[in-house]
Amino acid sequence: MIIRRQDRVLVQGITGKQGTFWTERMQEYGTNVVAGVNPKKAGTTHCGVPVMATAVDTMSEVGFDYSILFIPPLLVKGAALDAIEAGPKGVCILTEHVPVQDIMYVMSAAKERGVQILGPNTAGCVTPGEAFLGFMPAFNANIFQKGHIGIISRSGSLGTLFSLNVVSAGFGQSAFIGIGGDPIIGTTTRDALIALDQMAETKAVVMVGEIGGTMEETAAEYAASMSKPIVAYIAGGAAPEGKKMGHAGAIVVGDKGTYKSKRSSLEAAGVTVLDTPAGAVSVLRERLGAAA
Amino acid sequence: MNFEEHAAKPLLRAAGIATPEGKLVSTAAEAGEIAGGLGPCVIKAQVPTGKRGKAGGIKLADDAATAKRYANDILGMEIAGHRVESLLVEQQVPISREFYAAVLTNAASKGPIILFSTEGGMDIEEVAATSPDSLLQLEVDINKGVEPAVIKSMLAPANLGVVETEVTQVLSRLYDVFSRNDAELVEVNPLVETQDGRIIALDCKFSMDDSGLPRQHETAATGTPEKLSELEERGVELGLKYIELDGNVGILANGAGLTMTTMDVVSYYGGKPANFLEIGGESYTKAKPALELVLSNPSVKSLVVNFCGAFARCDVMTEGIIDAWLELEPDIPIFFSIHGTGDVEAIAMLKQRMNMDPFKDMDSASKAAVEAAQ
Repeated sequence: MIIRRQDRVLVQGITGKQGTFWTERMQEYGTNVVAGVNPKKAGTTHCGVPVMATAVDTMSEVGFDYSILFIPPLLVKGAALDAIEAGPKGVCILTEHVPVQDIMYVMSAAKERGVQILGPNTAGCVTPGEAFLGFMPAFNANIFQKGHIGIISRSGSLGTLFSLNVVSAGFGQSAFIGIGGDPIIGTTTRDALIALDQMAETKAVVMVGEIGGTMEETAAEYAASMSKPIVAYIAGGAAPEGKKMGHAGAIVVGDKGTYKSKRSSLEAAGVTVLDTPAGAVSVLRERLGAAA
Repeated sequence: MNFEEHAAKPLLRAAGIATPEGKLVSTAAEAGEIAGGLGPCVIKAQVPTGKRGKAGGIKLADDAATAKRYANDILGMEIAGHRVESLLVEQQVPISREFYAAVLTNAASKGPIILFSTEGGMDIEEVAATSPDSLLQLEVDINKGVEPAVIKSMLAPANLGVVETEVTQVLSRLYDVFSRNDAELVEVNPLVETQDGRIIALDCKFSMDDSGLPRQHETAATGTPEKLSELEERGVELGLKYIELDGNVGILANGAGLTMTTMDVVSYYGGKPANFLEIGGESYTKAKPALELVLSNPSVKSLVVNFCGAFARCDVMTEGIIDAWLELEPDIPIFFSIHGTGDVEAIAMLKQRMNMDPFKDMDSASKAAVEAAQ
């Protein structure tokens, strides 16, 4: 999911504390927020935009391209299904701890309607100089600058660290895609890689993965076909087996989801895999200097 | 959350899947008594882990005296770090064929998947490796559910004969167990055909999605919570994600990805992390109790604090750390790396109150902490 300046954004849960705070930040940055949803406050105005009863109502009365959810875990399914029924381009789910089976319902409906899902358990996405969705510090000039490096990250905090490295090395980002730390997510590493490959402004990719699942291995198959250089980091090499490392998706079970498997798949696909984040700056200069 | 067999089987029975007659006991005397009523029976250690048979935690007993003796042997045994405190005593079943059946979360299809194999009784990983053709799979669209006719055609290659209809029904019911209980996995291995043609679930492994626990109170209460250390228990009480590890470099960072990475970097420079502790998301205001928790571990010889603020503000987190540090006056060195939202204010605060500067990046801070711990 790559958000553009002209994209019309709906904020579901706009009247809550986090919804309000981050809607204001998004508006200040340039995100085109056109409406919010709160069934109990429909008809009022919040953050300067109309509050609607449902996403479906918003689509017929205002129109929107993307919806972003500031909604508690057990209410995400209902809100996301409402958004999908309205038929936008995409829905971004920030919430952590959404039951996995609820997400299965959301994914099934999204597939049927052709709606992209970003998340759950993501910090959102940023297109520097244009717009952002979620709670990324897009407005911090040390972390985000307009440029040509696309960043994919399962983790918000680690994605922020690599963004900082990219900017302090003198580069900027074409787009940041936070895909989320849950075991089942809408936009996978591979999906995000394809989006960045197809984005003209992106000349190189930084992929920030972590242990658990097989998303990095699947992405490696596509990476092998790409001509844009890719630099990757996989978090969790030092994590013990069988423990969920903060993210529900970050768990090694037996020989599945291991650091080794991810690293060797990516290296076989021609991706440079970093030992530590500090290596990013020099490798970026070396591999991306000419490209970016 | 994992469930022991005795807690998983009632979920099967509630959905209409037969299990052997039996009872949960906690003493050898009780085991003997129950076995006396059941006749030839199986004594099964109740621990939330697989491979109980290989560890000697499952025994067949033909009479009450043998049952009592085996129960005595198994109680108190350690299996994969779990002490056996209870046993399931079940009637033996005359087995004709053993199958494998499961419904689980499948990340690739983003939905449930039903698995079935005629090679029951062994590890499914082994079945997948040695006879992949015997492993039948059916991806389900959770919005549509699964019709018995679809399960029946999935089962066709297994040539089940007269029991095909009943196995179909069991798989359909197993899918209900999965969807009603926020399961991640419900596995029956073996599912057996008895000599008189009945289909019975001899074992059951069940794990519930942790995010589903808040709406599954009644069932969740019968599960086995993860075994936590005293410090990990305190982390849960404080609402912090804390995992105790066996090293001596204390770690405090914001966000799961960054915290994992701090562990990786400490390991890369030859150190051993003493813990995983993240204070990201909504818990970023808990820096003070978080620091107290890390320092409660007597193995900690140095501490690395790594912040990269996004949603979490570096100034708020750093203030909490400084407050706790000045109050506790710990006798170990501390190493900071601070970047992102609120970093300027945080760095000024650190200089003013502790007369310290952060390291230029997490690599140098982690390296310094590793050297100090040696």
